[in-house]
Amino acid sequence: MEWVLFLTFALLAGAAAVAMVLQRNPVYSALCLIITFFAQAGLYILLHAQLIAFVHIIVYAGAIMVLFLFVIMLLDLRPEELPPMQFRRAPVLLGLVLAGALLAELALGIGPRIILGPRGPHDVETLRILGNTQEVGRILFREYLIPFELTSVILLSAMVGALVLAKRRSE
Amino acid sequence: MGFLVATLFKIFIAVGLILLAVAYLTWLERKVIGDIQVRFGPSRVGPFGLLQPIADGIKLMFKEDILPANADRLIFFLAPAVSFIPALVVFAVIPFGPSFVITDVNVGLLYVFAVASLGVYGIVLAGWASNSKYALLGGLRSAAQMVSYELGLGLSVLGVVMMTGTLSLVDIVEAQNGTWFGILPRWNVFPQFLGFVIFLISSNAELNRAPFDLPEAETELVAGFHTEYSSMKFALFFMAEYANMIAASAIATTLFLGGWQGPLLPPVIWFSLKVFGFLFLFIWLRATLPRFRYDQLMGFGWKVLLPLALANVMFTAAAILILA
Repeated sequence: MEWVLFLTFALLAGAAAVAMVLQRNPVYSALCLIITFFAQAGLYILLHAQLIAFVHIIVYAGAIMVLFLFVIMLLDLRPEELPPMQFRRAPVLLGLVLAGALLAELALGIGPRIILGPRGPHDVETLRILGNTQEVGRILFREYLIPFELTSVILLSAMVGALVLAKRRSE
Repeated sequence: MGFLVATLFKIFIAVGLILLAVAYLTWLERKVIGDIQVRFGPSRVGPFGLLQPIADGIKLMFKEDILPANADRLIFFLAPAVSFIPALVVFAVIPFGPSFVITDVNVGLLYVFAVASLGVYGIVLAGWASNSKYALLGGLRSAAQMVSYELGLGLSVLGVVMMTGTLSLVDIVEAQNGTWFGILPRWNVFPQFLGFVIFLISSNAELNRAPFDLPEAETELVAGFHTEYSSMKFALFFMAEYANMIAASAIATTLFLGGWQGPLLPPVIWFSLKVFGFLFLFIWLRATLPRFRYDQLMGFGWKVLLPLALANVMFTAAAILILA
């Protein structure tokens, strides 16, 4: 059962990601990306990471992609006005080499460490007792407090920067 | 296998009841607004016009289905379903009674927000696929409105989450068991009154209902995002709005009014009564208040509701620290 679900979500995520790149219509591309996010959320749930799964949907599918669609619709790109899709040999080759390098890195570098390496303290049973959200919160605010706060400072500065740029243009 | 059958049975009952409630909510809305405006409302089809929703359903089924010129066929076809399905799926985690919940997810509240945040796609895609300027403007307006008010909505329930320390809707209901000072029910609405008010206003805006019904403002946008829709596709948008209304009322009941808890009457009756109260309130608001102007709507969301919700979170956190 778990394997069937995993394969469904994994294949869906992969297929939708490829479809996103190959689509000519930007609205369809955005929709394919949303399907990828959903399939990823399904994979997170299979890993018993419910919090991440739903936060993923709320943040990416529910907020960021809505704004993406908003902008795409305002630009009103007609597919027939866009130049036809071209496949040049050099970029495709470069892309394939990079993809192969990434795959090799995952397979050789990270894969064995996760599959064969020592287990962390959290398995399905302990998470059921401690609570998924509670445990993420505990780790986030104890072990990773400083990175967490630094991230919020970076986000704040990005927000201020965006506001400054937007205000300057309207003057 | 037994688990699967039981779950399917629960889903079947819940969906059936919700669709029935959606149908009769349209009747209730027309009756109540008729009464407020000193009219009769539907009165011809059956006693008190009770068969009106069924007549409307049959009529919409047999209406011609029009596809606008140059519309995007696939998305035009999918948008009503994308709008309606999230409205139904929300009910999967809502506890109707002590043992009647389809599934108790430990991140239930996040699930509700995740699913509810997808409803906007139906509207935006409908506006875009119709290939009509009014529909597109309605869709864009609703995208901006729903993303803005989602923040206030999400922050307004944080107080409840901090007080109960859980995201599971079943646990949130159970934490509201008992009384304060022996008389006042231990509902979250009393300590979280500000959060409750912000939640009600934001969810009204998320529902695109008056006074926040700018995405379908008749006087300026014909009918907004569903201008080009007809027949059952139009009906699906309509049903989505009413199903969302019931969902918002059910969530407000669960989070702030103690869910199915109450003396004497059976739990499901208490739950239905509380939900009915919220539904009546939404209809009443629509009959009473004029529509916001667009800049007022945005200003209110960002400059009033959001700071108030943040203040509520800070205040609740401080209170929990001091009292603990």
